[in-house]
Amino acid sequence: MNILKFFTAGSVDDGKSTLIGRLLYDTDSILADQLEALQSSNRKNDDGTIDLAILTDGLRAEREQGITIDVAYKYFQTEKRKFIIADTPGHIQYTRNMVTGASTANLAIILIDARNGVVEQTIRHSYIVSLLGIKHVVVCINKMDMVDYSETVYSAIIEKYKVLAQQLKLADVTYIPVSALKGDNIVQNSGNMDWYEGESLLHFLEKVDTDNLDKSQLARMPVQWVIRPQTEELHDYRGYAGRVLSGTFNLNDKVTVLPSGASSTVEKIEFFDQTPDAAHAGQSVIIHLKDDVDISRGDTIVNASALPQESKLIEADLCWMDGRALDTSIMYNIQHNSKITRCKISEILHKVDINTLEKHAADEFKLNDIGRVIIKTADALAFDLYDDNRANGSAILVDTRTNLTVGALMFRAAVE
Amino acid sequence: MSTYNFDYLDELEAEAIHILREVAGQFEKPALLFSGGKDSITLVRLAEKAFRPGKFPFPLVHIDTGHNFEETITYRDQMVERIGEKLIIGSVQESIDQGKVVEQTGKNASRNALQTVTLLDTIAKYQFDACIGGARRDEEKARAKERIFSVRDEFGQWDPKRQRPELWNIYNGKIHKGENIRVFPISNWTELDVWNYIRREKIDLPSIYFSHERDCITRNGQLMAASPFLNMDDEDVVERKQVRFRTVGDMSCTAAVESDATLIDDIISEISASKISERGARMDDKVSEAAMEDRKKGGYF
Ligand SMILES: Nc1nc2c(ncn2[C@@H]2O[C@H](COP(=O)(O)OP(=O)(O)OP(=O)(O)O)[C@@H](O)[C@H]2O)c(=O)[nH]1
Ligand SMILES: [Mg+2]
Repeated sequence: MNILKFFTAGSVDDGKSTLIGRLLYDTDSILADQLEALQSSNRKNDDGTIDLAILTDGLRAEREQGITIDVAYKYFQTEKRKFIIADTPGHIQYTRNMVTGASTANLAIILIDARNGVVEQTIRHSYIVSLLGIKHVVVCINKMDMVDYSETVYSAIIEKYKVLAQQLKLADVTYIPVSALKGDNIVQNSGNMDWYEGESLLHFLEKVDTDNLDKSQLARMPVQWVIRPQTEELHDYRGYAGRVLSGTFNLNDKVTVLPSGASSTVEKIEFFDQTPDAAHAGQSVIIHLKDDVDISRGDTIVNASALPQESKLIEADLCWMDGRALDTSIMYNIQHNSKITRCKISEILHKVDINTLEKHAADEFKLNDIGRVIIKTADALAFDLYDDNRANGSAILVDTRTNLTVGALMFRAAVE
Repeated sequence: MSTYNFDYLDELEAEAIHILREVAGQFEKPALLFSGGKDSITLVRLAEKAFRPGKFPFPLVHIDTGHNFEETITYRDQMVERIGEKLIIGSVQESIDQGKVVEQTGKNASRNALQTVTLLDTIAKYQFDACIGGARRDEEKARAKERIFSVRDEFGQWDPKRQRPELWNIYNGKIHKGENIRVFPISNWTELDVWNYIRREKIDLPSIYFSHERDCITRNGQLMAASPFLNMDDEDVVERKQVRFRTVGDMSCTAAVESDATLIDDIISEISASKISERGARMDDKVSEAAMEDRKKGGYF
């Protein structure tokens, strides 16, 4: 059995939390005591039925205001697969929490209120989905019960979305008309929309290809920790502990250690009491090298025949996530896997207008702004382009005054 | 590319090991909070997988309410002996003796709430900058909201409205002096995942998780182990029952479930079929809708 990680996006009140509540409810994933708590809660729908959104709106402030503020993670499984869901907020003010939920997902569900169609937040979230390179997108046209389950309304909205999808180069988009509140096309196909010939949302989620296994040749392992027991019997033991980001390391593979550039060969791979012949993407292992090279945390072991880029000047997309605007005159920390170094934003190339998706010249970057910048780092980073290798093509910016995570970076090119 | 088998337990395990190693790499004085429950026992196994043949780069810390199941303490001491790591004990009794907290009175008295003070004192005393805990997001709706690296201020408080963004698998462990970070490596595991992992790894557990006979009384509809730590009176009827514990806290707040499950396979079938959540057996969560959120804001685990 494997895991599908997905998240819900869309504008405020489009029904994201309700949809997740419905998925959990109709798959029998809500336990009796939780149901009891739901029933005794005083937040109810207008018709007196239980409000499924409170299953994920776990904070007091959220329940009081009837909105989602921060991501909630929910878990359920069917016979086919395990699911990890991130319910993200629709409010523009909480976009950074939406990006948090989206960054680890391999599928996005974008909700659109059938009465309102494509709105600004739909565009913003779809744009973020395309930036983050999320493979699969399901667009759920929700609240179909409020538009008489009309095919005309549905078709008009998806025609509009298709234009957006093309603009954003979203390759794999599926459309489903649903009512999260009533349960139409969520788990079971609905009798209210005979004109819809596709699958229910759950059936789609159960069979979409998850592609957790990385097929690239880009073997990369950032060293997190050097294991040196320094006991009598393990006197010379030196193992490099880390998680393989991508690709595969085999015994006797020629590897390069960056940034030093030292070369060596994989001598042994350890995983607790096992010594496998290979370490694959996703696995947390210990690697031993034949030669005595100087390696510490922050270094990366890579396949010698498929080297990453190395640069101190990188062009990247930036999502700004802090209330305090970007300051191009100060230094930030950039954290790229296990490596942390100083950096500056040396240039803002453009900012993207979320309504029109047009690029504008800009000299400031504020909360929720997205655009393209050039970063200058103190130490060179060994990275891949985000589109080639998500795990080695992303980084965060940390404000050293507040220690807050203020920016998400997706590397697009090394600057010559 | 060669194919390989990497199922959901492997994925959850690899993620947890990665997080533990980030703690080792990013902090000066981390600690692993060990309660003696199945989740923290799982954490210990994950730490072995992350750091062996080296030593753990952190001690285990047990916040001892003094109201423990005897089996938990026996298990703890044997385990510490087996793995050869350091154990630090923070004692709630000591906090009471020092007058830092006042023992609750009345029928439902418990030391659960007092633990927070002892925990914060222990963190301050040893200057821990990161505390690894076994909390899972599926346990409770406030926990479902918490980051894997969760910042606590000088007073131990969690501020759910000001959580840092947490992107991809990059964890920002930078803090100011006096703050600390709670780290939850098994955030994405469910109760059933933990049991399946324990089965797969053949991890030994304290005997109270398995069916046994015990004197119990019924309190607020829950079955509690009869013990000197419960304020019992004439109305309490002691009955001998066949029970086990699904989650293990201290004796005054952990309820038993009637069960014949003597093997781990029985437990897994029992949980799969169960209609009650694990936290349904914790008196401490029953207080109000926001009970957990409030305790976390106050510095609880
Ligand atoms: N009629 C109808 N109402 C719906 C449907 N789905 C959601 N709603 C209602 O729309 C309102 C908002 O739903 P939520 O699920 O809280 O919306 P959300 O998208 O999670 O909102 P934020 O998280 O705050 O952005 C609630 O009153 C729901 O009951 C639907 O399919 N039909
Ligand atoms: Mg919501």
